[in-house]
Amino acid sequence: MTEAASGIDARDPGLQPERTRLAWRRTTLSCTVVAVLAVKLAVSDEITAVGITGLALSALVWIGFLAVAHRRIRSLSPARPQPLSHRGALLAACCTIALAVFGAAMIW
Amino acid sequence: MSDFVQSLRLWFAPQRIRDEGETPDYRFSLANERTFLAWIRTALALVGGGFAVDQFLPDLRWGVRVGLALALLAAGALCALRAVNHWVRCERAMRRGEDLPVSRFPAVLSLVVAVVAVAMVVVVLFGWAGR
Repeated sequence: MTEAASGIDARDPGLQPERTRLAWRRTTLSCTVVAVLAVKLAVSDEITAVGITGLALSALVWIGFLAVAHRRIRSLSPARPQPLSHRGALLAACCTIALAVFGAAMIW
Repeated sequence: MSDFVQSLRLWFAPQRIRDEGETPDYRFSLANERTFLAWIRTALALVGGGFAVDQFLPDLRWGVRVGLALALLAAGALCALRAVNHWVRCERAMRRGEDLPVSRFPAVLSLVVAVVAVAMVVVVLFGWAGR
């Protein structure tokens, strides 16, 4: 009984942490799609050194974003989570910018 | 401009924000974070659109294709930068209890997307007519 009561207390009635967690998941999914498109751009018909470099960098950026999202999703588990760290926000934005820059370099 | 430099400094010195005002309700911070993530998704969609233009419109002339793709990629990068900037400014405003910052970026971005969409329609139509 006490456990159930504390469970109700511990849960945010508006499910804010859950919604934020799902927003991170959606964003990870978008990042995956863009990373796959970047890999397709890098490895088109023949395998070249530039293509392999692009593939490796895209994979690295994708893993970086995955790590940021995973850390944040884990830190959202308490009922009253801490706000997003500046490092997390900067890293997420840097991953997006890095994908854009690789793409621009490969398209050019 | 000095406002921009000031907020740029805040990006890399989060403890300066912590010193100011008081910590807002965690729900407001989470809502701000979700808005930030929505902008990051918009940026990712623009970057993906740039890749798609290059991949799936191979019949276009090189200049048009690369121009469109680079414009979309640049818009994506700009959108990501602006997402961080807006997130930092909102966070600071909430701590100080000020009004949230207003921005003309959404209007500019939607105009840019509309122009790119019209350009792509024209390019694809003329590409068909020329064949």
